[in-house]
Amino acid sequence: MSTTMTLAKAITAGLDQVLANNPKSLLIGEDIGRLGGVYRVTDGLIDTYGADRVIDSPLGEAGIIGSCIGMAIRGYSPIAEIQFDGFVFPAFNQITTQLAKMRARSEGRFGAPVVIRIPYGGGIGSIEHHSESPEALFAHTAGLRIMTPSNAHDAYWMIQQAAECQDPVIFFEPKRRYWLKGEVDTVNPAPDAFKAQVIRPGDDATIVTYGPLVPVALAAAEAALEDGRSIEVIDLRSVSPIDFDTITESVEKTGRLIVTHEAPTFGGLGGEIAARITERAFLSLEAPVIRVGGFHMPYPVAKVEEQYLPDIDKVLEALDRSFAY
Amino acid sequence: MTQTMHEPSDETLIQLLTPEGERLSHAEYDSYVQDVDAEMLRGFYRDMALTRRFDQEATALQRQGQLALWVPLRGQEAAQIGSGRATRPSDYIFPTYREHGVALTRNVDFPQMLRVFRGISNGGWDPRENNFHMYTMVLAAQMPHATGYAMGIQRDQAGWDAKRLEQEGEAVVAYFGDGSSTEGDVHESMVFAASFNAPVVFFCQNNQWAISVPFHVQSKVPLADRAAGYGFPGIRVDGNDVLAVLAVTRWALERARRGEGPVLIEAVTYRMSAHTTADDPTKYRLSADEEAWVGRDPISRLEKYLIDNNLADEAFFAQVIEDGHEMANRVREEAMAFPDPTLAQSFANVYAEAHPLIQEELKWHLEYEAGFAETAEEEAAR
Repeated sequence: MSTTMTLAKAITAGLDQVLANNPKSLLIGEDIGRLGGVYRVTDGLIDTYGADRVIDSPLGEAGIIGSCIGMAIRGYSPIAEIQFDGFVFPAFNQITTQLAKMRARSEGRFGAPVVIRIPYGGGIGSIEHHSESPEALFAHTAGLRIMTPSNAHDAYWMIQQAAECQDPVIFFEPKRRYWLKGEVDTVNPAPDAFKAQVIRPGDDATIVTYGPLVPVALAAAEAALEDGRSIEVIDLRSVSPIDFDTITESVEKTGRLIVTHEAPTFGGLGGEIAARITERAFLSLEAPVIRVGGFHMPYPVAKVEEQYLPDIDKVLEALDRSFAY
Repeated sequence: MTQTMHEPSDETLIQLLTPEGERLSHAEYDSYVQDVDAEMLRGFYRDMALTRRFDQEATALQRQGQLALWVPLRGQEAAQIGSGRATRPSDYIFPTYREHGVALTRNVDFPQMLRVFRGISNGGWDPRENNFHMYTMVLAAQMPHATGYAMGIQRDQAGWDAKRLEQEGEAVVAYFGDGSSTEGDVHESMVFAASFNAPVVFFCQNNQWAISVPFHVQSKVPLADRAAGYGFPGIRVDGNDVLAVLAVTRWALERARRGEGPVLIEAVTYRMSAHTTADDPTKYRLSADEEAWVGRDPISRLEKYLIDNNLADEAFFAQVIEDGHEMANRVREEAMAFPDPTLAQSFANVYAEAHPLIQEELKWHLEYEAGFAETAEEEAAR
């Protein structure tokens, strides 16, 4: 059964499924109840499931994540909402020193299967702390899994996969794509969230990306056709772990790799991908792996963010460099 | 200095047993210890004495290089035994890293507690066996976990009537100290607990020192006063009086079970030893300060009471000493016999579900290590 939904509403529908199927699941966050969240992702769920399962919390990210850890130890499956990417840091300690390490600390006896939903990324013309991409900060911490859907169908299924996962999952939602409409097949599930997808096949170069830049990569691949270049696009979907097999296979075929993400290039996941693919497919590479990411600066003010963000032209420029090598 | 304000001579302090071993009557809290007979009192004495003996043994093991570190609790035995003995087995406890006495009351076997400090485990024991959580090393990080756990209890007990809550209701005790009281996690855990009326008792052992920083740097008011800001009761108890600690903790737990929400207990005590075996208190506090607290020793005051009231004879005290030696020997033997862990085990517990990076790195690690074994074999064969 296929329905057209925005990415945001697909997450709502996915959360609805989670709450309906697992009586131990619950949602907690700031303004997620009556208001339905600042992006209305939890809109209406409090009416169906009540205030004990769709919890409007006091303001306090460490309190939200810390409480989720306690509820998880008690046997609940909490899904927390952090209102914006730049506001997750008060909870950074709870996420990295407690949530990520509970299973290791308990010697495998139990973990804390908490899902943390975070709207992330820029391009929405907002004020400071509302446009960041902090995924690499979490990817560096063992014990966490990190997913990010790029389309409505994936969003519907991946949030359910995150909720079922016995490990803690940070679920980054590409907020500038919340209103992107797509077909959601509510019968046939999306592939395993930890498996990257080749979403456009090609022969001459590979673009690896995830979340908000997936439409950018697809548009760049389309534009590259004009130059006679056939570009393969991979949507990672999971950025921890990363499905290197799918990337390797693609690069062995195309010989060229561009990695693009909104997060700053320095210390970003693009570097990790470049290093691993260089190790795995060195002899297949016709050019160095090129990264297209944010600059090494705090996310800039809205008036200049278009110049900061990777876009179609920047990806095409990177492709030019790769082909000119 | 303001320090005298926090000493147990305070009028706001709940005390049932004076440092001289006199039993004071208390209109409100006597009823919470009515059932405490001679046998129970001897039990508390034994708990405290064994805990202190264990603490000594662990300190010695550290000095002998058998433990990486030890966290002494000397002086805090009454606060820990009194509060621990107030809990029911079904209650869940979130300790700091100094609650060896509480652990005893939760039937965590002493040698197990040394696994953390011997570098064998970061958890030590199975929290689900005794509802006694693992030690948390990041100060106050366990506090919001306690509130969350209590929120889970609330949901599990939804719809229970008053009688069932009283009989079967569960509650949580969250331990913290005067040092960690300043952490933001304490604040948020208390805000959340108050907002949701969660059945959690916040138990602060104010041992006067956060490593080298005295209490008055952490707070200008008694910590119990802070509870008013959250909208639940705060109570100060003589933390070296096992009977008073038992009474107020029972009161707080009963209240929490009835659905009346959290309580903050400030147990005023003193860290008679160092913060850890890596600490040197002579650098920051006067021996006069330490000596002043010797007279308020939690164990000797119960001993006086037991002797003065003919509730324990010499044979009892001799037996406790003997049991202590036996326990210490067993602790030492078992701790030294713990098998060493392998790094391969560390790989196993990072994730619950299969993870390609873990699998890849584990494979590499095992092959790398196997290479050494092969080299050794080849050399032996030569």
